[in-house]
Amino acid sequence: MISRADVDHVARLARLTLSDAEAERMREQLAAILAYINKLRELDVEGVEPTSHAVPLVNVFREDEVQPSLPREAMIANAPEPAGELFRVPRIIED
Amino acid sequence: MTTDLTRLTMHALAAAYRAGEATPSQATEAYLARIAALDTRVGGYLTVTAEAARAAARAADARLAARRPLGPLDGVPLALKDVFCTRGVTTTCGSRILEGFVPPYDATVAERLAAAGAVMLGKTNMDEFAMGSSTEHSAFKPTRNPWDLSRVPGGSSGGSAAAVAGDLAAAALGTDTGGSIRQPAAFCGTVGLKPTYGRVSRYGLIAFASSLDHPGPITKDVRDTALLLGAIAGHDPRDATSVPEPVPDYVAALDGSVAGLRLGVPREYFTEGLDPEIARAVREALEVLRGLGATTTEISLPTTDYGLAVYYIIAPAEASSNLARYDGVKYGLRVPGRDLIDMSSATRAAGFGAEVKRRIMLGTYVLSAGYYDAYYGRAQKVRTLVKRDFEQAFAAVDLIVAPTTPGVAFKHGEKEDPLAMYLNDVFTVPVDLAGIPAISVRGGFSATGLPIGLQLIAPAFEEARLLRAAHAYEQATPWLERRPELS
Repeated sequence: MISRADVDHVARLARLTLSDAEAERMREQLAAILAYINKLRELDVEGVEPTSHAVPLVNVFREDEVQPSLPREAMIANAPEPAGELFRVPRIIED
Repeated sequence: MTTDLTRLTMHALAAAYRAGEATPSQATEAYLARIAALDTRVGGYLTVTAEAARAAARAADARLAARRPLGPLDGVPLALKDVFCTRGVTTTCGSRILEGFVPPYDATVAERLAAAGAVMLGKTNMDEFAMGSSTEHSAFKPTRNPWDLSRVPGGSSGGSAAAVAGDLAAAALGTDTGGSIRQPAAFCGTVGLKPTYGRVSRYGLIAFASSLDHPGPITKDVRDTALLLGAIAGHDPRDATSVPEPVPDYVAALDGSVAGLRLGVPREYFTEGLDPEIARAVREALEVLRGLGATTTEISLPTTDYGLAVYYIIAPAEASSNLARYDGVKYGLRVPGRDLIDMSSATRAAGFGAEVKRRIMLGTYVLSAGYYDAYYGRAQKVRTLVKRDFEQAFAAVDLIVAPTTPGVAFKHGEKEDPLAMYLNDVFTVPVDLAGIPAISVRGGFSATGLPIGLQLIAPAFEEARLLRAAHAYEQATPWLERRPELS
């Protein structure tokens, strides 16, 4: 059963700030969904290969050549806080 | 001429252009006028690109006048789900976190439609990040079903399906991850096709669950689906999962006979959760197909009942990874914070809606240390079993016939419980897990006058077979004669 501590831990991993009420509601809803999902335990999957993709394509390569890419200004244009050619973020290193 | 151009299918509109009975500008103006008059009530569009549409229509006018059209889609007014990046046109994916985002490039499907001369009318509403089955989870507004405005259009491509059903676009593109093309097509009485995984490029499609996302057409009839699929299908080097298979002439494939076609009817789809009216409609459809010379047999897809559980592990797991990019740095919303983690966490808390948060949490949980094998690893193995079910079935039958949804369109606010909402996709999800093509066509009406969806499922890359059978059924039934009363 998923605990409140699990919810808080997962919210930190997922970079989601949840209010107390939100976290409690999330715990209840995740518990219900996980209880449903647990029906997969009824099946025997011993020796079954996992499927990560429906179509068996492997190692799609192209020549290692420089190709045109989008201009830097176009990629910066949508940033909430651009700084010249860069993205500005809050300070991450202490003084 | 007096015909309302917005009522025409794409192929009828193209024929009218060729016969000189209408022009792309006239059709585009007719659609823009209808959108202006009615879309406040339907809510199909998030963005209407009127000026760009007029310019594209004028260019198509000139090509048609010179008798040099680019092809059968030249000058046809279409809509794109707001999940597709469109250069210079706001693309939100139904989310506050992307409010105001203007992509610097086009999705491959948008590029191909533009190259075919299609006129884009605008971007359609959707459940946020394509997570939902009702289009009630758009951050901006709900979409309403043109057949009954108190009901949902289905989702997540609800805006596209409602726009096509309400004659607010000649056709539209949607995406299907767990049923998001077929379920709204069923609820709105349109045709909706989910192609084989890799058949249509995902480049420029805002990712939800990368191993399950399929772009595809939503149209007024099967011939239009064949036309639109032909225009968007094919290999794209910019999508590494795009498959280099030749694209057949889907329109030419419509004319074959279905005599001798072996149809399988999965017994697991006729459970107590299925609305008896829908069960009856499917059985009547089988009768029609038998009358055309097809044979039917009962088959078994034993893992049907586990598909949804697999889906609700794999899709959220992939989503939790794909949506990590919305961190308040590169695009979209930013909420200030005292450090980088605080800024990202506050941005995501403010920018994502409840359903998206729930799936990110679920996906992060099933991938986290200690749970990976029990959930994600096991789900991937059961996905193999689901795929194997279909492979075994297709050893004995050519197509599978099933209901698209367990019920008809429900009322707004009727399914508040997330799990109740998820159960809508019980008949569509297994097909996404297997990556095989499926189509939903109009299969009749409920006593209350709501459309019922009939689903046909084919082996990988057999879209032509799917379209041929769907077309034969459509031609043999009167269902397309009815249209919703929107005025």
